[in-house]
Amino acid sequence: MLVVACIKQVPDTTQVQIDPVTNTLVREGIPFIVNPYDTHALEEALRFKDRFGFRVAAISMGPPNSEATLRKALALGVDETILLSDRCFGGADTLATSNVLASAIRRLQEQEEVGIVICGKQTIDGDTAQVGPGIATRLGFSQLTLVDRIEHLDREKRTIRVRRKLEGRHEIVEAPLPALLTVVRELNRPRYPSVPKRLASQETEVKVWSNDVLRLDVNAIGLKGSPTWVNRIFSPERDKGEIIGDGVNDPVATANLLIDRLLSKDLLAL
Amino acid sequence: MQPNPTVFTPLLIAALVFFAWSCYRRFSLVTLGRGEDRFQRLDLRVWDMLLYAFGQKRVVAKPFGINHFVIFWSFVILLIANGEFLIRGVFPAVSLALLPPSLRHALLLAFDAISLLTLVSIALAVGRRLFFPPSYLNTPYVKARSFEAFLILAFIALLMLAYFGLHGAEIAMGEEEAAAWMPVSSFVAKVLLAPHSSLLIPVASFCWWVHAVVLLAFMMFLPHSKHMHILTAIPNCFFASLGKPNTQPREEFTRGSRYGVSEVQEFTWKDLLDGFSCTECGRCQNACPATATGKPLNPRQVVHAIKTNLFVNGPLIQKGGKPIVPLIGEEGEGTNTEDTIWACTTCGACLEACPVLIEQMPKIIKMRRHLVEMESQFPEELLNLFENMEQRSNPWGIAPTERTKWCSTMEVKPFTAGETEYLFYVGCAGSFDSRQKHVSVALATILNEAEVSWGILGKEEQCCGDSLRRLGNEYVFDKMARENVRLFQEKGIKKVITQCPHCFSTLKNDYKQYGLELEVVHHSELINDLLKAGKLNLSQKVTDLGRVLFHDSCYLGRHNDVYEAPREIIAAATGAPPVEMERTRNNSFCCGAGGGRMWMEEFIGTRINLNRVEEALRKNPDTICVACPYCMTMFEDGLKDKLAGQTRVRDVAEVVAEGLR
Repeated sequence: MLVVACIKQVPDTTQVQIDPVTNTLVREGIPFIVNPYDTHALEEALRFKDRFGFRVAAISMGPPNSEATLRKALALGVDETILLSDRCFGGADTLATSNVLASAIRRLQEQEEVGIVICGKQTIDGDTAQVGPGIATRLGFSQLTLVDRIEHLDREKRTIRVRRKLEGRHEIVEAPLPALLTVVRELNRPRYPSVPKRLASQETEVKVWSNDVLRLDVNAIGLKGSPTWVNRIFSPERDKGEIIGDGVNDPVATANLLIDRLLSKDLLAL
Repeated sequence: MQPNPTVFTPLLIAALVFFAWSCYRRFSLVTLGRGEDRFQRLDLRVWDMLLYAFGQKRVVAKPFGINHFVIFWSFVILLIANGEFLIRGVFPAVSLALLPPSLRHALLLAFDAISLLTLVSIALAVGRRLFFPPSYLNTPYVKARSFEAFLILAFIALLMLAYFGLHGAEIAMGEEEAAAWMPVSSFVAKVLLAPHSSLLIPVASFCWWVHAVVLLAFMMFLPHSKHMHILTAIPNCFFASLGKPNTQPREEFTRGSRYGVSEVQEFTWKDLLDGFSCTECGRCQNACPATATGKPLNPRQVVHAIKTNLFVNGPLIQKGGKPIVPLIGEEGEGTNTEDTIWACTTCGACLEACPVLIEQMPKIIKMRRHLVEMESQFPEELLNLFENMEQRSNPWGIAPTERTKWCSTMEVKPFTAGETEYLFYVGCAGSFDSRQKHVSVALATILNEAEVSWGILGKEEQCCGDSLRRLGNEYVFDKMARENVRLFQEKGIKKVITQCPHCFSTLKNDYKQYGLELEVVHHSELINDLLKAGKLNLSQKVTDLGRVLFHDSCYLGRHNDVYEAPREIIAAATGAPPVEMERTRNNSFCCGAGGGRMWMEEFIGTRINLNRVEEALRKNPDTICVACPYCMTMFEDGLKDKLAGQTRVRDVAEVVAEGLR
């Protein structure tokens, strides 16, 4: 059985600033990282490999430099990597992206049964959380979002039971395989690559699939296949705070003042 | 009195063969280690050997070491007497009598006096072990009151007693013409002569044989005991590291290599020789902050475990087999636990304490390298650190764009090649840590006041990688070091000011391995020079800091020998030299944050910083002065823990900046 982890290279958003004039993201010189949620997806895929001996493939759609992200996955122990990269994939929204990723997974299915697909719950640049569910829908897989624990995998009955992390509660659900999971950070603690694996990953081939391989209708992918348009990006205005009291000379009174203020704004529950 | 050589000669040959075989076995075990060039600068090596092995510099640094000094030199001089004894046992005609009488008399006088002195020293050594053993000499596998220790002392004492018995009897029989030069033996002669003149021959014969048997037995026992150090300590001092332990060797990252040490033969031959040079005196463990606070790390135990492991696994490896006792694993003799390996702060106190220059801490880092680079096995807190360092080049993972926030209130120029003299390498703590940012500002103010030409790298500055290297993550350190070296060379940087002893030591010592020769100064050195040169005029004496105590940072003091500069600055600024702690200068006690411990939890034992803070508070300081951002954090936290809010922590730069107002 093949476990597929979908991962994405994203700009390190803590370092991204918005150009106040053009209202676009300033990406120059900003380092790329593996989307943090995806590192947990990758880790869980590797745990399936450790426990059940499944093969793991990591796939990513993005520009050619996304290869670095897949090399990191190789260093962590995935068996196969595929970069979905083509100019006509560019400018995709979540619908077009999930079309491409689903198509790639279908293609993998031609060689080997894909039992589980794992995605991060969302990316930190787009923050939509739609791509995972989109892939599940297009593939007709069971859709298990916000997973924070794998409860049980029954290989005989071909079912998976997971715990979902919802606001204020947990939900345990069971679904038939094949299934797509989107995962939250609490699910696991990602491993760290050993040096020999890092060095080996530099010499392993990262397969690149363009649309010549996937043969998707160009109207269903990239900018043309994206009904969503970003109208404007901007930083919300933030009120500047104020300094209250005199903490240096009268810390006690200042602390009391702060507590009163927090209570009056209903920010502290007593 | 000479017995028949036909009995003694075969005994001597058997003993010598056994001794040589035992030494060869041990030597062949040492040669299992990896190669390492320890032959450069023979002049310095000879000097180290004379100073530390023959001069016993570190041994006599502690009062009781004098006793060891006496026993060591007695041993050396009595080698002549014992050599003569053995040769004469085989060839009765060959003896000291062949020497000019005056020389022989002088030697006999010396032997007599020295043997008596040795007996006194042995009595003191036995008494010390029985009645007041050092409290630290008790660990699961090595104890002060060991059978081995008493056996060795008994051997030496018996040799001395037999010597006097033999020569006393000979004098009593009138066989010794030089009796006048042998006061102690002559006294023994009188004792023997009075009641037992008929027994003189049997007594002499008995003493001769006691001396012979003990000498041969001792010789055979020696390579199998910790007393082996009398053979190995001298070459160990000769082959000791010439530099301070402030850096680690580079690794070459090529496919198929192994990194670090997980099996005993992966250590270098010098690491293995260290094991045979240890006499288990316990001075390293007495100095170790991890041992003092109840961590499983005991530097002596690490060296002992390596030796034990070599004894068990070495012969198997020689036969082409696999080791059976793990070097790193569950607690057991010959094995170091992971908790042991992670407890080290790399403060270097063990290396500073060892009388025979054993290098304990570098072995720990080699094992860390294996755990991190081969096994990806480390305390979980370090995962964030490693990721943050690799992705954002600082330990906290703060956005690099915030590196210049510390100087938002002042104008700071970027470093420009050809125009700026000094790069002020602010460091991660100086850039991001809210407390240390004040020190950055204080230092910048001082530099401006003294009209130093300086600039910063701003957002281009990267972490130096110190913690990574000490934690054994050499792969990522190597990447960061290359990146920094490239940046420094590209910018034409030659002179660097640092406020963090860790940046200081890394730029100064570690980056040399990458071909980057910089003139690196710690801010305390530069400020001191500026004060002395009259370029910095303090407008007022700093009085409101009260009683100022100074704490030595390990990477400034022990690792780089900067002791005076911060003290002189404090004296210049406050008008009085700082108060010293009990453990000070090269005996200073770590704050607990070195070696990457800054980024780890301290779950086992008590806290190292509290131990140090308690020591500081015993001196009733109003201000604790530091010269390192890690020490700053550890003291600030420790004082809060002790509810000692009345005591402040200041960096030396802040003290000086106060005087500029």
